[in-house]
Amino acid sequence: MNLALKDIRHGLFRFVLTCFGLGLLMTVVLAMIGIYNGLVSDALAVVKAPAADVWVVEAGTQGPFAEASSIPADTRNAVARMPGVAEAGAINYQNIEAPFQGRTLRLYVIGYERGRPGGPQTIVAGRGIGTSHFELVADRKTGLAPGDTIRLGRNHFTVVGLVEGAMNSGGDPAVFMALADAMDLQTELAPADQRVQVARGGGAVKSASVAAVIVRVTPGADVSLLTATLRQWKHLAALTQAEQETILLASVVDKARRQIGLFLGILLTVSAVVIALIIYTMTMEKLKQIATLKLIGAPDRTIVGLIVQQALILGASGWGIGLVLILLVKDVFPRRVVLEPFNVGVLAAIIFVVCLAASGLGVRAALKVDPATALGS
Amino acid sequence: MALGDVLVEVQGLAKHFGDGETRVDALRSVDLLVRAGEVIALLGPSGSGKTTLLNMIGCILDPSAGRVALDGDPVFDGKWLRNDLRRLRLDKIGFIFQAHNLLPFLTAEENVAVVLDLAGWPAEKGRARARELLDYLEVGHRAKVKPALLSGGEAQRVAIARALANRPRIILADEPTAALDSSRAQLVMDLLRKLAAEQEACIITVTHDEKIFDRFDRLIHLRDGHLVDA
Ligand SMILES: Nc1ncnc2c1ncn2[C@@H]1O[C@H](COP(=O)(O)OP(=O)(O)OP(=O)(O)O)[C@@H](O)[C@H]1O
Ligand SMILES: [Mg+2]
Repeated sequence: MNLALKDIRHGLFRFVLTCFGLGLLMTVVLAMIGIYNGLVSDALAVVKAPAADVWVVEAGTQGPFAEASSIPADTRNAVARMPGVAEAGAINYQNIEAPFQGRTLRLYVIGYERGRPGGPQTIVAGRGIGTSHFELVADRKTGLAPGDTIRLGRNHFTVVGLVEGAMNSGGDPAVFMALADAMDLQTELAPADQRVQVARGGGAVKSASVAAVIVRVTPGADVSLLTATLRQWKHLAALTQAEQETILLASVVDKARRQIGLFLGILLTVSAVVIALIIYTMTMEKLKQIATLKLIGAPDRTIVGLIVQQALILGASGWGIGLVLILLVKDVFPRRVVLEPFNVGVLAAIIFVVCLAASGLGVRAALKVDPATALGS
Repeated sequence: MALGDVLVEVQGLAKHFGDGETRVDALRSVDLLVRAGEVIALLGPSGSGKTTLLNMIGCILDPSAGRVALDGDPVFDGKWLRNDLRRLRLDKIGFIFQAHNLLPFLTAEENVAVVLDLAGWPAEKGRARARELLDYLEVGHRAKVKPALLSGGEAQRVAIARALANRPRIILADEPTAALDSSRAQLVMDLLRKLAAEQEACIITVTHDEKIFDRFDRLIHLRDGHLVDA
């Protein structure tokens, strides 16, 4: 006769409610883990997308994701001719705001050279950028659809295709356009005083600059030799892909990551305390029944089994409900929530340990209770 | 019936609570012998030590001094002689509670069968025995009902069925009829008498209920922790 299950069924409504409450708490914990993962993986998305081996950036800077980097657009030609370089493409990044259907979209504009590295990866709807001017491939999260037109600067751009998961480290969705369009857009949107300069024929240099040149090397090429050579060019610096990722994580998202990490720690602690409290209270309410069981001759095994099984059922249901809820709502979050089976597994292990520890407290109290207390009225 | 086996043998049993200023001598050197088939009443004013004596016989209260033997086995002699007192209770002792203390999450039938489950009976046999006892006690029709929905008398009879389930030879009851009206109380006592005879068990009952005194073989009076001759 399984006393744990019978007792649960007896107070089913309350037990389910408790599980549900715990499940909600687990949802928050899982959401936090997911947000943390999402933050890291989103931050890296923009760096990983071009599948580069080496980033050529402005000398003395940490690259376009950490600070402003500006190098002449024709750097690409020079770089492409270097030994060991398979492909090279100039790339340009800028944040803009644009009105669209009564809303203001914050977009991360990526300008790239068609047929060279840096463009959108997998087109999920429509097609890639063609040869004509003013075409866009947008991330689905922009809310734009193929066929939409949107005014950026002085020109109307037509959305021709969609991608997924393209955004900057702040989570703003990306749009891809031809490098030439992007450079024009940058000039148009430059501060007024610079535009005046350009109009006077003074500062054409600015308009011919890009943020970085992306390099893919030939198989077996010596990447460190290549970066060393590139660094000899006075106005250039070179970062390997790994360095670029480290910089981004260390300088750009590190604070946000630590913030969420700390919050997650607090949340896990609170959950542990709540679980312990629930299980302890559950046991305390049953002390008289436990005394009765002892009086009629139940061994400790039966009593420990009753408490531990209920604790584990509670923990498992809370975890399960949390998992189901987060899977249901995770796409509603404005930023990506990424849950790896590993994280979910670790949470299960933590809950398991907490439940066991908490039932340890209850078991201690239960084993101490005097069977004679069952006789008192 | 011929004189049965000695089921309960108590010698020089004493119990005090607290020490020094706060010392209470609940029981001072009590001797008692109860044989199979006997139905005994423990009488005495409030605070005279009735419950204390009953609980020590039931091995749920540590005596301060004395000796206890149950069903021929010595179980206490200055200290407990066995470390499996719960198993002893399961096999030899049936408690009938005043506040009948049924487990609220089990049905009447399960409340009886749980004892047999603990004793290692197969589930099917345990349930059949529980049913049989409940039928015998005329609460068979309430077998599937949880304690909260039973009347006081029904609950008391289920508690009696539970106490009897594993055929214990020593049945201890602390005011078993307090919750019952007098005709029901007499029915319960008749029933206990019948069971004692059939199962060669003894029954020790604490009671204040004068209406049922004639149902006992012996009345034992306690006063200030001593047995007094009636
Ligand atoms: N746990 C305890 N701690 C201290 N004193 C106790 C304890 N249990 C009982 N006593 C005392 O021991 C004495 C005997 O108590 P006991 O419960 O055996 O009386 P009783 O005869 O059953 O009384 P009643 O008829 O009221 O149930 C009383 O003076 C009581 O106050
Ligand atoms: Mg009493």
